[in-house]
Amino acid sequence: MNAVDGTTPKLVVQDATKVYATASGDLKALDRCSLHVNANEIVSIVGPSGCGKTTLLWSMSGLHGLTSGQVTLDGRRIDGPHPDIGIVFQEANLLPWRDLDANIRFPFEIKGQKPDRAWIDHLLHRVGLDGFGGKFPRELSGGMQQRAAIVRALSLKPQVLLMDEPFGALDTFTREDMNRLVEEIWLDSPTTIVFITHSIEEAIFLSDRVVVLSGRPGRVASVYPVPFARPRSLEIMATKEVFDLTNAIKMEIVGKRTSLKSAPAEPERVD
Amino acid sequence: MANSSDTIPQFRKSGGGDGQSVSLTNLSAFSGGIGVKSMAEVLAILAVAVVIVGGVEASLRLFEVPHYIMPPPSAIFRALVTEFPLIAPHLGHTLVELFAGFAIGASVGLVLAAVVTQFPFAEKVIAPYILLLVTTPMLALVPLLILRFGFGYEPRIIAVALASGPMVMINSATGFRRVDSAKIALARSYGASTLQIFWKIRAPMALPMILVGLMIGAIFGLLTAVGAEMVGGGFGLGNRLTTYSSMIQMPQFFAVVLILSILGILIYTTFFLIGKKWASWET
Ligand SMILES: Nc1ncnc2c1ncn2[C@@H]1O[C@H](COP(=O)(O)OP(=O)(O)OP(=O)(O)O)[C@@H](O)[C@H]1O
Ligand SMILES: [Mg+2]
Repeated sequence: MNAVDGTTPKLVVQDATKVYATASGDLKALDRCSLHVNANEIVSIVGPSGCGKTTLLWSMSGLHGLTSGQVTLDGRRIDGPHPDIGIVFQEANLLPWRDLDANIRFPFEIKGQKPDRAWIDHLLHRVGLDGFGGKFPRELSGGMQQRAAIVRALSLKPQVLLMDEPFGALDTFTREDMNRLVEEIWLDSPTTIVFITHSIEEAIFLSDRVVVLSGRPGRVASVYPVPFARPRSLEIMATKEVFDLTNAIKMEIVGKRTSLKSAPAEPERVD
Repeated sequence: MANSSDTIPQFRKSGGGDGQSVSLTNLSAFSGGIGVKSMAEVLAILAVAVVIVGGVEASLRLFEVPHYIMPPPSAIFRALVTEFPLIAPHLGHTLVELFAGFAIGASVGLVLAAVVTQFPFAEKVIAPYILLLVTTPMLALVPLLILRFGFGYEPRIIAVALASGPMVMINSATGFRRVDSAKIALARSYGASTLQIFWKIRAPMALPMILVGLMIGAIFGLLTAVGAEMVGGGFGLGNRLTTYSSMIQMPQFFAVVLILSILGILIYTTFFLIGKKWASWET
């Protein structure tokens, strides 16, 4: 795929098609959806609500199978939950009957491994949660819960991190904080990240590329490279280039819905 | 894997996101109720008790109500103290029936709930029968059970088990049915087995409802034990009630009633405290 620069992509989705059998008949959520994510790249996926983003992410994580097509990690087909893939779910998805420490211990209990205390403490410190280990989820703010969920996902040192609208339920300021945190963590130790979001600003701030899905059934409509250096300061985010890119993506998504004239900027087309 | 693995959780954009809320009984039993908070509240409750007991005592004396109609509280307390050595063995018998019957009924109910909720088809098939067991007063079966098993413990223990089991089962099943697909997906993403998902996700999620079921089941068990004792057999608190009332020994009669209320309150408090300790995340 990236034969030109000699790198093979970390994660490849090939012709992913997913049909749900529902009471009212078959529902096609994904239709021959193809994309790739290079090692240590951050790719965002945006698209109208219900277009199949979560379906796509669940297929990438091996949580459910595809009707046809495949997902490969390092060239090997994914057919079930994979130890090298970490997931941050929509909303924090902490277990409310466990305190924060016990929540972070949870993956290790399932796997029958000893938690890497030093690494977990480092992560907790990194996201500013040290000293909160004995708190229950309901005692933590939405942002803190989401940070705990990120620590839980990173505690197993996954090679690929899949994030499904992780900050969708947070207010704008907390969300921007969290975006900066993800960037910092990534600068600390780069990982491959797939980031689903409704926010184009968030997608542009975080990613190397933004993948736009069409309305249901989801297909890759276009892919926009985001060529800005990191860390992406407020100044960078305020430049005209960022503004134009934001508008181009917005026009593409909204334009499709309201059949306005198409976006001015030229996306990198996919076939 | 089963098609349940295809279910993508529907997230709300706001709120805590700790699974669905529990229906019917909810956990009001654990959140409000006797959760006494301050000294002032304790004093107020005691003050009300003193006023009521004192008021009843005063008016019964004032209107010179005969003891066989309604004995004054002081006579009831006196009877409780003086008759207690005679009542105690009967209390013991009732407790044996309650504990044995409840242990059997609750275990069977709990296991059935856990197993049956894993198989939606089986659940649908047995649901009407469980409903029948819940709604039929098991007391009605006691004369039949006595015919079959005699006047010993057996018919009463069976009746208690039959009364408490379905209550435990129906509430626990509600608990086990509260599948939060996001939390199950979380566990599966780490490679959890079905058994691990059961113990680490389904069971803790069901716990608040299980406790509600155990509490209601135990109280139904007490009810049934006393009722069964009133039907036949020469021992137990229920037997004391029929004996004292037939002998028009009303202070003794009410002393037994008092013991039964205390038992009921103890059952409630026990499960309330367990719920507070282990299921308070729910509220
Ligand atoms: N288990 C399922 N059974 C049947 N239909 C489903 C199931 N899961 C999702 N769908 C449907 O598939 C489509 C895509 O759903 P999906 O959750 O992937 O969308 P999404 O892009 O993540 O949406 P959102 O932006 O609202 O999170 C929707 O129409 C949804 O109703
Ligand atoms: Mg989604």
